[in-house]
Amino acid sequence: MSKKKAKKMLEIKNLHVSVDGTEILKGLDLSVNPGEMHAIMGPNGSGKSTLSHVIAGRDGYEITGGRIIFQGEDLTGMAPEVRAAKGIFLAFQYPVEIPGVANTTFLKEALNAIRRFKGEGELDAMQFVKMMRAKTKELGISDDMLKRAVNVGFSGGEKKRNEVLQMAVLNPTLAILDETDSGLDIDALKIVAEGVNKLRSPQRSMLIITHYQRLLDYIVPDKVHVLAHGKIQRTGGKELALELEEKGYAEFDEAAA
Amino acid sequence: MGNTTSTPLVFVDGFDAARPGLPGADLSWLKDIREAGIKRFNGLGLPTPKLENWKYTRLKSLEDTRFQPVTDEDGMAALDHVPSLLPDPGGRPRLVFVNGRMRPSFWIEGDLPSGVHLECLRDTLARDPDWAEAYLGRLTGDDHQALVQLNTAMMDTGFALRVDAGVVIEQPIEVVFIGGLTNRPVAYFPRNLIVLAAGAQATVVIHHVGMGIGAYFANTVTEIDIGEGARLNHYKVQAETRDATHLSTVHVNVAKDAAYEAFTLSIGGRLSRNEVSVRLEGEGARAGLNGAYLMRGSEHCDNTTVIEHLAPHTTCREIFKGVLDDQSRAVFQGKIIVRKEAQGTDGHQLCKTLLLSTGAEIDAKPELEIYADEVKCSHGATTGQIDETALFYLRSRGIPEAQARNLLVQSFVGEALDEISNEDVRHAFTDKVLHWLPAACFRSDEWRGK
Repeated sequence: MSKKKAKKMLEIKNLHVSVDGTEILKGLDLSVNPGEMHAIMGPNGSGKSTLSHVIAGRDGYEITGGRIIFQGEDLTGMAPEVRAAKGIFLAFQYPVEIPGVANTTFLKEALNAIRRFKGEGELDAMQFVKMMRAKTKELGISDDMLKRAVNVGFSGGEKKRNEVLQMAVLNPTLAILDETDSGLDIDALKIVAEGVNKLRSPQRSMLIITHYQRLLDYIVPDKVHVLAHGKIQRTGGKELALELEEKGYAEFDEAAA
Repeated sequence: MGNTTSTPLVFVDGFDAARPGLPGADLSWLKDIREAGIKRFNGLGLPTPKLENWKYTRLKSLEDTRFQPVTDEDGMAALDHVPSLLPDPGGRPRLVFVNGRMRPSFWIEGDLPSGVHLECLRDTLARDPDWAEAYLGRLTGDDHQALVQLNTAMMDTGFALRVDAGVVIEQPIEVVFIGGLTNRPVAYFPRNLIVLAAGAQATVVIHHVGMGIGAYFANTVTEIDIGEGARLNHYKVQAETRDATHLSTVHVNVAKDAAYEAFTLSIGGRLSRNEVSVRLEGEGARAGLNGAYLMRGSEHCDNTTVIEHLAPHTTCREIFKGVLDDQSRAVFQGKIIVRKEAQGTDGHQLCKTLLLSTGAEIDAKPELEIYADEVKCSHGATTGQIDETALFYLRSRGIPEAQARNLLVQSFVGEALDEISNEDVRHAFTDKVLHWLPAACFRSDEWRGK
């Protein structure tokens, strides 16, 4: 089979982003191939969350320079829901509570919105239930969590597992996990990591955004990048995470000084 | 007899001529209270912002409109269907009023148990004037409410529900008031009486709905007496036309260990005010006084409530949620009074408003007036916009912006709708909210989840 060169999953070139007039990302470059898992590590205030939000298309972030190319397409100006339909998924650091809307309803609306966008038919109630059964079984999620209102009264661990469930249902090609480890004890962290690992595939790339190395004990990245002062300061293999755990981010404070 | 009108009603000319035809014109006691009502109304005039609890709602537009009384022909306006709120009115009792007139052909008697009397006001006055005399005006308190006086003077329609001791009505009773089907501005004055004897239970759903485009003025007064250990669920939808004025005053007495649960959903009308006064008179009496208002354009909606705790261990819970778009305005005035005798009172009040536009406005005035020492009372009022983080969360999952906004509005209003204990009514009201939303693209059956 003749194979043309695989398209990059994500290519960020010289990205500059400002929030309320303050420049947060100052010339960031990043390249992710299909199937790869990259970790972005960095101290607080380095721009990690800005990067995840700007890829997902949140309002309030002004791109003042550079480009974000997703599967060959420039994302600039694209609505978040269109990005989602094209295969971008952001797992939130703080998943939002939506009282009065059942989790299963929310998932069905989201999935069918994406299917409509792609010109695929909507799933009917039976098809959806069947699909959900398979996903929840695979991820060990209780039916009870589906019936409850979105994230309302969920523990920290349940909220993160719910993010993983949404990822499993929406089946993105690029998943960004923003500080997924925050607020989790070690048992919850293991469960969430296990869920994420089950979703690894050669067609899906993942960006793991984290301050700490401990998540990377359970989700092993192909590459680790250090983000500080709005730029990638260093890139390495998984051993870089261990090095950071030992030495901290002090080195990068100096680099910028 | 009954055709001499000593005091002219200054509010609307043309009404004096209609007075001899009003229900119960041959009853001298009724003639007396009508006369007193006219005199008192003429003395008070329509409420103005000079009155403390009318500070935010102006009735100027009423004076500028030449309202006319309804006629029998108005009551027979062509109607292709009756907008029932509940899914299958089959065995359910239903009363229908069109342009303020009873429409017998749409009346469904339903499966009411014995010990229940449900009839229109005119029939009650004809069949049992002594009972009517005992109750009419008994609960309306002092004579300072001009709109009550006006209603007493002119009451021309409405219904009476009487439930004997211990009788439980399972089926909700629906009362539909259809307005807007006239080619001139009309005014009508429904007077409703609901009297539950000890241990009785009933659910009444009142549906005020505008079907045409006409301007009209509905001035409603409802008196409710809930006997010892009885329970009334009193639900109301106000979906008048955009040129309608809807002014409603409700007075409720709740006896020992009795319960009053109310929900008022306001989704239409140029000018509307729902004023409710609840007296928790007996030990252990409870009130749940809740509502939601969704307004757009230049609509104005006022919810004014007074809950008075007069006996020990009485409880109230009040949740109002508002959604205001465009240039619409809303008023929430909620007063909880705890009298000295009412030790052990538990009161909770919450009013939250969501502003969808920078031109929309809410005036919220929660008030606690406490004279007892052992009470547990809280109140709160908040105003905010759509939560941008929540909106982004939904959009990042692929849900288009308009749909995501609707979803957040529905979620917001849901907290109030959840207070409706009758499941069928909760679903029906949820449907009404969904239909109010722009380009509603949800299938309501799925939103019922819980």
